[in-house]
Amino acid sequence: MSKLQVSLYRYNPETDSAPYMQEFQVDTQGRDLMVLDVLHLAKEQDNGLAFRRSCREGVCGSDGMNMNGKNGLACITPLSEVVKGNKLTLRPLPGLPVIRDLVVDMGLFYQQYERIQPYLQNDEPAPAIERLQSPEERDKLDGLYECILCACCSTACPSFWWNPEKFVGPAGLLQSYRFLADSRDTATRERLTDLEDPFSVFRCRGIMNCVAVCPKGLNPTRAIGKIREMLLADAT
Amino acid sequence: MVTNITNLGRSGLSDWLLQRVSAVVLALYTLFIVGFLLLSPGLDYAAWSGLFSATWMRIFSLLAFISLAAHAWVGLWTVTTDYLKSTGVRLAVQLIIILAIFVFLVWGITVLWGA
Repeated sequence: MSKLQVSLYRYNPETDSAPYMQEFQVDTQGRDLMVLDVLHLAKEQDNGLAFRRSCREGVCGSDGMNMNGKNGLACITPLSEVVKGNKLTLRPLPGLPVIRDLVVDMGLFYQQYERIQPYLQNDEPAPAIERLQSPEERDKLDGLYECILCACCSTACPSFWWNPEKFVGPAGLLQSYRFLADSRDTATRERLTDLEDPFSVFRCRGIMNCVAVCPKGLNPTRAIGKIREMLLADAT
Repeated sequence: MVTNITNLGRSGLSDWLLQRVSAVVLALYTLFIVGFLLLSPGLDYAAWSGLFSATWMRIFSLLAFISLAAHAWVGLWTVTTDYLKSTGVRLAVQLIIILAIFVFLVWGITVLWGA
């Protein structure tokens, strides 16, 4: 019988004075389960366990968490990828306030997302049909629009930990560049002006934690570099 | 837009560019000094003093000192805004750093032209 040793971060602000780690023995029956499956098995042992999940196939971005020290989506992370020595430690995403157990308050993350105005802005009269793009213009959005806002990248970023109310963070900046690069968006200058301060973009130190953890294989560091290039081109 | 009044260029973009340009200057200066030391095995006071009495060397050195001052301020300002969360402590440390950089810069200039 192969029992997996699972250590879970537990915190219920109504009853606990401080967070603690709770140990579970989970029977995987030797299968290479996804981490989310293990969480469901642990929940069978303790019904009070709280975590977010929805689509269980890496599309909704609800179950971002810290698995053996690395952020990722529990539903698409097999045990074989994270477990070493039969021990799995699950913690909430780092740097955000914990609401309960593995559930974090994503307010700061969404605030930064809202700040970059994640919608198409165009002050020209709307044409009779849709605003057309050439295939080349459309290609520029690949690797940008696929973000599911799971917050794995921003909560792996020390710059976001230290200044979450000032630094936009990798997720927000990826989306910011998604609209800066869009040929149909005409608010480029206003968007750039809003980003040239020392925090919003430039607090990025290029350590690429965001790239290392992104479950969708996206590259926020590259997008941030592109924003810097646009700022430089606009201001020199 | 996040407002800042204590960073060097008032804009993240200018700080970022300055940090890169000053890094290139410092790299060139370091390479030159190391190269000079390696290529002069029997280095004596006359040769060292002769190097620094040349006007181009004084200009090159002053450029390196100013680059160092700017580079240090941009870098340390970033460190203080990352790690010092209390406004009083942060501002005090920033003032101490800027005072030290100023003293070192003026001291460097007097060394260059005082000898």
